[in-house]
Amino acid sequence: MQPTDIRQTQRLISKGDHSAEAHVSRQLDLIERENPGLNAFTSVAAAQALEQAREVDLKQREGTAGRLAGAVIGIKEAIVEKGRICTSGSKMLASFESVYDSTAVERLRAEDAILIGRLNMDEFAMGSSTENSAFGITRNPADPSKVPGGSSGGSAAAVAAGLCHAALGSDTGGSVRQPASHCGVVGLKPTYGRISRYGLIAYASSFDCIGPLTQSVEDAALLLSVLAGHDPKDATSSRQPVPDYASLSETLSAGIRVGLPEEYFGEGLDPEVKNLVMQQVEVLKAAGAVPVPISLPHTPYAVATYYILATAEASSNLARFDGIRYGHRADRGKMLEELAAEKKQLQKNGGNTATVDSALIRLYKQSRTEGFGPEVKRRIMLGTYVLSAGYYDAYYGKAQRIRRLIQQDFLDAFRSCDVILSPTSPTTAFGIGEKTDDPLQMYLSDIYTISANLAGIPAMSMPAGLHPADGLPVGVQLMAPHFREDLLFAAGRELERAQQSAG
Amino acid sequence: MSVTREDVLHVARLARLRLTEAETEQLAGDMNQILGYMELLNQVDTDGVEPLEHVIDHEPGLRADVALPPLPHEEALKNAPDADADHFRVPRVIE
Repeated sequence: MQPTDIRQTQRLISKGDHSAEAHVSRQLDLIERENPGLNAFTSVAAAQALEQAREVDLKQREGTAGRLAGAVIGIKEAIVEKGRICTSGSKMLASFESVYDSTAVERLRAEDAILIGRLNMDEFAMGSSTENSAFGITRNPADPSKVPGGSSGGSAAAVAAGLCHAALGSDTGGSVRQPASHCGVVGLKPTYGRISRYGLIAYASSFDCIGPLTQSVEDAALLLSVLAGHDPKDATSSRQPVPDYASLSETLSAGIRVGLPEEYFGEGLDPEVKNLVMQQVEVLKAAGAVPVPISLPHTPYAVATYYILATAEASSNLARFDGIRYGHRADRGKMLEELAAEKKQLQKNGGNTATVDSALIRLYKQSRTEGFGPEVKRRIMLGTYVLSAGYYDAYYGKAQRIRRLIQQDFLDAFRSCDVILSPTSPTTAFGIGEKTDDPLQMYLSDIYTISANLAGIPAMSMPAGLHPADGLPVGVQLMAPHFREDLLFAAGRELERAQQSAG
Repeated sequence: MSVTREDVLHVARLARLRLTEAETEQLAGDMNQILGYMELLNQVDTDGVEPLEHVIDHEPGLRADVALPPLPHEEALKNAPDADADHFRVPRVIE
């Protein structure tokens, strides 16, 4: 049996029991067999991955291999890799080939990670189910009739199915943690600014975070140690020093206070999900942790606040897709013919031909209309509306103020606890097609993950067991103060140890 | 406050999108439902609360004013839907 996590694979490779090349070719076979059913990968870089693996084997013999030697990693379509097609799940970028590496990818390469392919996602990261991709839906490996969650659904499905050891995702309102929860893997959203956003195709810049999806907490700590750190190419990236997270989080400090927010255990939470999450509290208690009831009183306003701010930022970020410099462009001949016909029609009816778009404006409109899918258009429309004259203060300004109150809730809570524990999602993975007709219901599925993005704090989802009724994975979420990812890892490893010894 | 068909068409113009009749109807419904839900925020007293723009307070460190190599011309034009050797090409703007 091939190990599925980074650390075990590395141990085998360094003992000489295993070559990276043989390992990668087995992964490629597995992808060939499993991916047609899952549609987790949108493209696989077989030749390049084998080439990278041979280099790793050479470096291994020379003793110069990096910290991620032997790690096989998939990259979400939103994070650019030089020389590869990077679609962000959109027809708009169906043939866009990046001319540079994102900083996150550059850092993985520098530590000898093998980048095996690109992973499906909701278009421009807008979605909670990976049903909004222009390249087909991704299925949940635990049950193919269920969604894998989203927007990093391809990343979560690929790691859960063992197609790669780890994957990069991006988390704007829960897009790493919610799919990790639904697929049964570890998903980390670090502190805002901990990992450079350079080369992450922007959705909502004040929220967007790159984060790893892994088989184990230890792997998540290892990847964060590699990915974190200041980047001159991203002015919002933090200058805080980067600790060695893996060694820092080996033990849980005795007496650590675990906050249980009452707002995260109320109405709408599946009782069996609650039960599994509460079992994790018992595990931490047995390890010396002290559960503390806390309150985050502005929680009911998080979803509305998020969807105002994120759509506003998205409408502005996505203005760059105009069909001029890159991305989809409408057929020019057809467009000019249509414009001429519209003018003629107006002249015939005595209308004002000045109301017809100029050729350039029509090119923008037609290209965007053809390139974007329905959910992206819906969010651009909402964002444009809330920023438009007369509504700015009522929506955007109001939401920015409530964002402060939500952050203040966390700052206050962290005076009486060290980490916060909650469910990641109120239910297990829902059925394919179940929420596609009701955007608001889909938005509300992010209810427990969104606040961490509003506050900028780190949060991690990890497996808490299987739901007794449907057998699907349930996730538990840990949240910590800004830049205290080490606390997430320490608590997470304690839970992982208990799960391993249980079975 | 309710979003009318005309509001939807106005916003679509601002966002540079074209909508079919059916999409206009659909969006008016969706936007009313979602914006209706957002009315919830009016319950919160935000008097005297400063808007939160940056979730992390950090020094606005400036990088050294040193020129770095720019993206080479041909790479910058590589993904252009229409370009000549030096320029992005667009439809005629002045008629």
